[in-house]
Amino acid sequence: MDDLYREVIIEHYKNPGYRGSLDPNDITFEDENPLCGDHIKIDLRIGDNGKVTEAAFDGHGCAISQASADLLLESVIGKHVDEIKHLTKTDVMDLLGIELGPVRLKCALLPLKILKAGVYGLGEATDDLLEEGQS
Amino acid sequence: MTTFNVDKIRQDFPILGIDVNPGVPLVYLDSTATAQKPISVIDAMDDYYRTSNGNIHRGVHYLAERATALYEASRAKVAAFIGSDKPKELIFTRNATESINLVANSWGRAFLAKDDVVILTEMEHHSNLVPWQMLAEEKGLRLEFIPVTDDGDLDQMVFDQLLEQKPKLVAFAHMSNVLGTINPAKAMIAKAKRAGAVTVVDAAQSVPHFSVSVKDLDVDFMAFSAHKMLGPTGVGALYGREELLDKMPPYMGGGDMIRKVYLRSFTPNELPWKFEAGTFCIAEAIGFGAAVDYLSAIGMDTIAEYEHKLVQSAMIKMKTIPGLEIMGEKAAHRGGVVSFTLQGIHPHDVAQILDQNGIAVRAGHHCAMPLHDRFKIPASSRASFYLYNTEEEINHLVISLQKVVKMFS
Repeated sequence: MDDLYREVIIEHYKNPGYRGSLDPNDITFEDENPLCGDHIKIDLRIGDNGKVTEAAFDGHGCAISQASADLLLESVIGKHVDEIKHLTKTDVMDLLGIELGPVRLKCALLPLKILKAGVYGLGEATDDLLEEGQS
Repeated sequence: MTTFNVDKIRQDFPILGIDVNPGVPLVYLDSTATAQKPISVIDAMDDYYRTSNGNIHRGVHYLAERATALYEASRAKVAAFIGSDKPKELIFTRNATESINLVANSWGRAFLAKDDVVILTEMEHHSNLVPWQMLAEEKGLRLEFIPVTDDGDLDQMVFDQLLEQKPKLVAFAHMSNVLGTINPAKAMIAKAKRAGAVTVVDAAQSVPHFSVSVKDLDVDFMAFSAHKMLGPTGVGALYGREELLDKMPPYMGGGDMIRKVYLRSFTPNELPWKFEAGTFCIAEAIGFGAAVDYLSAIGMDTIAEYEHKLVQSAMIKMKTIPGLEIMGEKAAHRGGVVSFTLQGIHPHDVAQILDQNGIAVRAGHHCAMPLHDRFKIPASSRASFYLYNTEEEINHLVISLQKVVKMFS
């Protein structure tokens, strides 16, 4: 538990590399966790080869959700959208490198839900999106 | 004033001695969510199951009689605790939420009609908001809201104007679970009555912390929960004025709430059982009585005075932390609740880091989303105090908050 606020999380929260928005964009999606009010919007630009060329997130929330968004976007640059469809909860946990209880897990996974809902072109970000993709 | 020995009181609460992590003792500052329980309450329920378990109001055997006597004695204690001399005006419910739902569903359905005005406030807990929204949707009622000032008080001038609309009902929290504001309930009830309204007070945060008398307030309905006043979860109470309760239709149908049942009809039981359908949580109701005994033995004025000192000290010390803002700090009268924000740090992060230091606080919207919208913040952290908290715990909170600020600076 002492490692919950690892240096890397505080660093990505305070100095995010991917905060902002992209206009125009190829994919954009936003949603929130109504329980805590965390809100995140993710924009992506996709190249002709189907790979992510640029990514940005905006919104507000706790250090865990915001750092998770930043780390996640850093990891998807250069990835094909089909690869993003296969990202799961485990990938996010590996990026964060921490153990989380059920309440904070929702904060950590919000960015992935939003990213995948955007990539799949869905109307809402559901928990089903945290498991293996079914493209 | 009676001598108040907090160290002695803490010994009555086994949970206060636990460690959250090895070597990290619990500092419980979340009593507004639910209070901890003294041994006497735990023992009363345990003893009931060991020696007195039987179904109430039904049998003639030893245990049924014993259980009924304990259950009804508990009702009398709780009624007396809130200044009512008629136990039949005290209906056991699951909690304050169910008490308010009972009023909305029974009294509201029977006596409110399309275009009737219901006055609520911006500082309500969802439990005194959503039942009225549901009824308004069903009946076509008009909901009006007393605004909250920047200081954290209800805007009494706007209330006076709203009363000109001849409301049928005025419902408000005695004490805000977020701001800690203690509303001038007696004066508000008097004004509401002059305007012809029935009054409902959500006393979930007031009854546990200071002396509240339904006689003095002259209120029609009052709702509160046992678990916030050292009692068990699963039981609460609705006080209702006898004349009103008599005219109301039953809330739920089933056993115990009837006098006679035929195949196609029934006649309801008398008060208070008319509103208590089905076998109730008897052990918890008895635990509720034990909680009231515990609080009465110390004295509500003594408790209120101690908490007042604690919260004043907490606010002074917390304000030394850079970027910390207290919601409702300037309210005219406030109780032992301090909700706050730290500049640039999300309440979830605050609560999580405090938890690592053994401190339990609440983070989120505390079931008062519209109030957070009013102050234009998504969430806050909340430290709340009760008779078992200490000055040392406040110091630990302040030092831990300083650590939080340092981590994020």
